[in-house]
Amino acid sequence: MTEAAPRLVARDRPDLILGDHGLCPGCGEPLALRILLEVLEELDIVRRSVGVVGHGCYGSFVQIMDVEVLQCLHGRAPSCATGIKRVRPGTVVFTMQGDGDMVNEGLQEVLHTAARGENVTCVLLNNGVFGDTGGHQTATTVVGQRTKTSLDGRDPETHGYPIPLAELVASLAGVCYVARGAVSSAGGVARTKRMLRSAFEHQLAGDGFGLVEILTMCPTGWFVPAGSGPQYLTSSLEAAYPLGELPLRGQP
Amino acid sequence: MTAATARQLHDGCAAITESAIAAGCRFFAGYPISPFTGLLENMSRRLPEAGGHCLNAESEIEAVNMALGASAAGARAATGSCGQGLALMQEAIAELALNELPLVIFNMARNQQDYFQATRGGGWGDYRTLTLAPKDVPEAVEHTQLLFHLADRYRAPVMLYGDPLIAQTHVSVDVAARDFGPLPAKDWALDGSSGGTGHSRQIWTWAMGKATEPGPGPDGHWRAVAAKFDEIAGTEARSETYRADDAETLVVAFGSAALFVEHVVDELRADGHRVGLFRPVTLWPFPGDDLAAATRNASRVLVFELNAGQMLDDVRQFTHDRGAVRFIGGVSIHASGLSFGPLLDVGPIRERILEAAA
Amino acid sequence: MSRGTVSIDVERCKDCDLCVQACPPKVLEMSAEVNEMGYRFPVLHDGCTGCTACQLVCPDYVFQVYRFDVAPDEPHPPGQAAAPDG
Repeated sequence: MTEAAPRLVARDRPDLILGDHGLCPGCGEPLALRILLEVLEELDIVRRSVGVVGHGCYGSFVQIMDVEVLQCLHGRAPSCATGIKRVRPGTVVFTMQGDGDMVNEGLQEVLHTAARGENVTCVLLNNGVFGDTGGHQTATTVVGQRTKTSLDGRDPETHGYPIPLAELVASLAGVCYVARGAVSSAGGVARTKRMLRSAFEHQLAGDGFGLVEILTMCPTGWFVPAGSGPQYLTSSLEAAYPLGELPLRGQP
Repeated sequence: MTAATARQLHDGCAAITESAIAAGCRFFAGYPISPFTGLLENMSRRLPEAGGHCLNAESEIEAVNMALGASAAGARAATGSCGQGLALMQEAIAELALNELPLVIFNMARNQQDYFQATRGGGWGDYRTLTLAPKDVPEAVEHTQLLFHLADRYRAPVMLYGDPLIAQTHVSVDVAARDFGPLPAKDWALDGSSGGTGHSRQIWTWAMGKATEPGPGPDGHWRAVAAKFDEIAGTEARSETYRADDAETLVVAFGSAALFVEHVVDELRADGHRVGLFRPVTLWPFPGDDLAAATRNASRVLVFELNAGQMLDDVRQFTHDRGAVRFIGGVSIHASGLSFGPLLDVGPIRERILEAAA
Repeated sequence: MSRGTVSIDVERCKDCDLCVQACPPKVLEMSAEVNEMGYRFPVLHDGCTGCTACQLVCPDYVFQVYRFDVAPDEPHPPGQAAAPDG
């Protein structure tokens, strides 16, 4: 029997992550961060990348990501990204925003940026809740989901309906890639990473606007135990927001 | 063969555009709104010809945040509007100040009612907005280039307070580039190149830095920013006087109003009245020391502005004898709502000065 | 015999249990003891295939994953599929 030395097949985290994030047990956002940074590494574009980060629990990632970062106003990342990309077209520009940031405060920013076909990549971390402020309803909170501002569950009569952001963006000309992944399983993490890679490859090719929506677990905001995050995600958010690469309409 | 003249006939919006391009402005974003729209139109046509980018943004908030991004990437960038649109941009103006990002903001105002907005600011936190108020198009051309210099020098948003007369009057101007001296390189600007080095650049109002290289944090950073504005207050105040040395009655006015007051001062002087003008050129920092000196021997200090009394507060604060201050301005709006009303005229101004001096 | 193994940074773990749920051969189990933060952490039993599922799902970047490369003449043990790529 051959006893080979063990071969490293997966690192705990890339060198681009400089420290611990301090987010809740079972939070999905650090998974999105890790795979995004792995993609930047694998495409060898770290030294020409600029991230524009919004406000949410993920906002603290600016302290641990070894990538140039502009931390911007709530909702405004796509506009800031536009300015950066226009004056430095050779730079790879991405945004990292939560659902409260992108779909509440910044809905017009992302739609206009997409329609303009700005050659940037927007990343939506969607957990259907304003986690950073303590767990409040957003535009993507799904019907029946309990939050501190929808304590009995989102009720369409009172709270209206959630907005499927990826579908909205996919309906606009100027958009070259839209995908929705989920980090609630090993396969999901792997598939979401491939979506991010595709999105950045499209940016490198100058194809237009790209969006990757990533469903992430927020057990704290969902009032479930850390270990129940994936099941809750699958039964609630994923039911409202189907996974996959979205077909694009509006192409010329 | 004679050298081609540098003077061209431009309205204020066109002149400011040419002046901004001469200053190296290469990014502009704006939203149509009178009387700022001419600036957006001119930039839209001319900036791409100069190798820059002009975006007709879908909203004022998007315009200023696009410009913020361009500035963060190291470009000389600008935006603007009038008071209503600037009201929407206040959060971003504060963000620029606390991020220490340069930006030139053109308030092509409809009147003089945005003085408080410009000088007190409607954003969040401790910041100030260095604001220049030209009295005519030639001065607006000069101020435009000075503002790009000051924005870069102090890493802050700065403002030009224009108005409909400046925006829409054609004047022969020289828009050649002016040199205000050397500036440090923008080594803080984002281009991706420090990524992966362990020392990647970060632009963040809270300035907490990275886990491996902590920054000053909001306390240290916001104190430093406040101290910077104190420094600017001490060095960048500007004013002008006109026939003020022996004035018994000193009129204080800014912008186009001062242009009219100058003319009235000449008329009244010809009639034997000892009248002069004090004109703040920077609205912030308000030239308080200059005003104190200029009002030392005046028995009357008359504030003429087209609003309900905004600069009045600053005049009262710094005038040598507060009891000598009287307000002779007022709200006066054109029937369209988009420009000055009948008070901005030689006759009414003359009447009010004489009435106050009686 | 294990075809893979993991290193576990126990002090980073926050006891979310996602690795235990994700592990296909079910060789991870939360400890009885706690780390400095007061959280239980995963302990590895025999039978790891080095599939990297735990590393993929761990929000706190606790796992490094290794494989013992099996020699070409060694048959795969019956009942174990080849490790999936991440």
